[in-house]
Amino acid sequence: MAQPTSTRRGSANRQGLAGWLFVAPVIVILGVFMLVPILMAVWVSVSDWSGNGSPLASGVNFVGAKNYEAILGGRGLTGQNFGLAIRNNLYYVLFVVPLQTIISLFLAVMVTRKALKAKGFFRTAFYFPSVTSSVAITVLWLFLFNTSGVINKALAAASIKGPNWFNEPAGVLGMLWTKLGMSETGALAQPGLFGISTWQWIQGPSVAMVAFILMAIFTTSGTFMLLFIAALQAIGDETEEAAMIDGATAWQRFRYVTAPMLRPTIYTVVTLGLIGTWQVFDQIAIGSKGDPAKTTVTPAFLSYQSAFVDLAWGRGAAIAFVLFGIIVAMSILQRFILGNADATASTRQERKLDAAARHLAREKREAESSRGAA
Amino acid sequence: MTAAPAGPGRRHAPVRTWAVFGVLCLIALIYIFPFVIQVVTSFKTEVDSTNNAMSLVPNPATTEAYEKLFTRSDYTLWIVNSLIVTVVVTAGRVFFNSLAGYALSRLRFPGRRAVFLALLAVMSVPGVILLIPKFLVINQLGIYDSYAGMILPLLVDAAGVFIMKNFFDSIPVAVEEAARIDGAGTFRTFWSIVLPMARPALITLVILSFQGSWNEYSHFIVSAQSTNLFTLTKGVGQLASGGLSGGNQFPIKLGAAALMTIPVAVLFFLFQKHIMNTTSGAVKD
Repeated sequence: MAQPTSTRRGSANRQGLAGWLFVAPVIVILGVFMLVPILMAVWVSVSDWSGNGSPLASGVNFVGAKNYEAILGGRGLTGQNFGLAIRNNLYYVLFVVPLQTIISLFLAVMVTRKALKAKGFFRTAFYFPSVTSSVAITVLWLFLFNTSGVINKALAAASIKGPNWFNEPAGVLGMLWTKLGMSETGALAQPGLFGISTWQWIQGPSVAMVAFILMAIFTTSGTFMLLFIAALQAIGDETEEAAMIDGATAWQRFRYVTAPMLRPTIYTVVTLGLIGTWQVFDQIAIGSKGDPAKTTVTPAFLSYQSAFVDLAWGRGAAIAFVLFGIIVAMSILQRFILGNADATASTRQERKLDAAARHLAREKREAESSRGAA
Repeated sequence: MTAAPAGPGRRHAPVRTWAVFGVLCLIALIYIFPFVIQVVTSFKTEVDSTNNAMSLVPNPATTEAYEKLFTRSDYTLWIVNSLIVTVVVTAGRVFFNSLAGYALSRLRFPGRRAVFLALLAVMSVPGVILLIPKFLVINQLGIYDSYAGMILPLLVDAAGVFIMKNFFDSIPVAVEEAARIDGAGTFRTFWSIVLPMARPALITLVILSFQGSWNEYSHFIVSAQSTNLFTLTKGVGQLASGGLSGGNQFPIKLGAAALMTIPVAVLFFLFQKHIMNTTSGAVKD
C-alpha cells in the first residue's frame, strides 16, 4: 500500500524540481538584468555617483532626494530642461494617441468591409511600416522632411511653402497665438509649473515635433489596425446585418452597434498608446538629439543625456523613475476614466445589445422566411 | 413585385464600394510611396537626390551609394554583428521562454504563483526607464562593451513566456500524459512531444524575437561603445547623424536603411498570414 503514495510523492518532487529548473534561466536573467539593475538605479538616483568606478564603492555618498528636487523643483537649467521635456512629450502624447487610435480604427473598419477587393494588399500596405526599425524610419523621415525634400515639394505643388521641418523650433499653437497678437509678456512670462512660463506651456508641439508625431502615427497605425481587425472579426457580421435590416445607415450602425462593442479594444489601444508615447527615445537620439531649441527633448532622452553625456548619473536615474511614475499614473488615470465606465456600462450595454441583436436576428429570419413563402 | 423594397439601398452600394476602394488606394499610396522613393533615391547621385527629390527615375542611375556603403563604411561588419546578436537572442528566447512557459502552464511546483506574478510585474516595467539601470549592472559585471553585455540581457523576455504559457494552456494534456505513463522524463516529454506541437506559437516567438533584436537600438547604445561591436542600427544611426563627412549623403543613408530593412521585410512576407492570424487570436478578450 505504501508503494503508490511514495511514487506519487516522488513524482511530485521530481515535478517540483523540473518546474524550478525550467523557469530558472528566465528567473536568473530577468533577476540579474532587470530586478538588480532597478535596485542599483534606485541607489544611484539618491547618490552623487559621477560615473567613475562602481556606484557601490565607498566614495559614493547618499544625497537624499537632492536629484529629485533638482528636476522637479523647476529651478535652474536642470529644472527647466525637465519642464520642457514634459511639455514636449505631453503634446506628443496628446496628438499621437487620439490620432493613431482613430486612424487605425478607420483603416480596420475600411479593410474589413465585405465588398472590398484586394483586402490583403491594403492590410499589407498599412502594416508594413510597423515592421521597420526606428532607425530606418528616422533616416527616411529626415530625408522626406528636409527643406527641399519630398514633403515640401508636394506642398509646393499645392502652392504651400513648407517649413524647415527638423530645424523649426516654433510651436504650432504659439504661431497661432502670435497671429492673434499675444506675446511672452505679463502673466504669460511668469515662470509656472516646472519653471516653464505659461507662454512656453501653451506653445504646442514645435514644427520639428510635428514631424515626429506624423512618424509615430505612420509606424503604429498598422499594428493597432490589426488589433481592431481582430476585434471586428470577433464581433462578426450578424449583429451588423441585423441592424442593416433594421434600416440603420452605415454611420448609425457603426456608432450604435459596432463602436460600443469595440470598447475593450479601444481601451487596449489607448493604454498601449499612452505607455508607448511616453517612451519616445530612438527617434530623438538618432534624428534630432533634442534640437531645435530643445523642443524635441523628451524625458527618456533627457534621462539618457544627463547620465551618458553630462555624467550626472543620479539625475539621469531620477528622471527615469519620475518617468516611470508618470507612466504608472497615466495608466491608473486612464483605467479610472475609461475602465470604470467600461465595467458598469459595457456589461449593461452588452446585455442590451445582445438582446437587441437576438431580436433583430429573429426578425431577419422571419423576414426571409416570409419572402421565401411569397 | 416583392423584390421592390430592396431597391434604393442596393443601387448606391456599388458606387460606395468604389468610393471606398478609391480612398483606400490613396491612403495606401501615402503608406507605400515613402518606401518607393527611398529605394529609388538610393540609386540616385547626391546632386540628383537633392535637386529632384520627387523624381521616381534616377538620372543618372548609379549604384555608387551601395559601393561606398560597402567600401567606405563598416556596413559588412554591422551586418555580421546584427546577425550574431539576432540569431543568438532568437534561439535563446525560443528555448528559454518555451521552457518557462511550459513549466508555468503544466508543472506543479512550489512558488509557481509567485513566479507568475513576478513575471507580470517585470512585463509592466517600461523598457526605456531600464537604460541606465542595465548599463549599471552590465558595467558592474565587467561585460560592458562585449557581445555578452549586448546579448545576455535580451536572452529572455517575459512577454514571450506568456505567449508560450497561453499556447500550452490551450492544448490538451492527454498526449503528454500518455508519454509520461510510458516513462518519459519531464524534459523528454517537453522536448520531443510538446514542443513539436507548439509550432504556431514558436513561429510567433521567432518572428517577434527576430524583429525585436534586429531592430533593437537603445540597448546596444548603453551596453557597448567600440566600433567593432556596432550593429546595423547603431551604424546606420551614426550615418544618419552625419557619420560620413560632406553633403547630405541621402542616397547612401537611404540605401543603408533600405538594406537593413530587407531581412525583417522578408520575414514579414513569409509569415504574413501567420502574423495577421496570430493577432486575431491574441485579442479575443
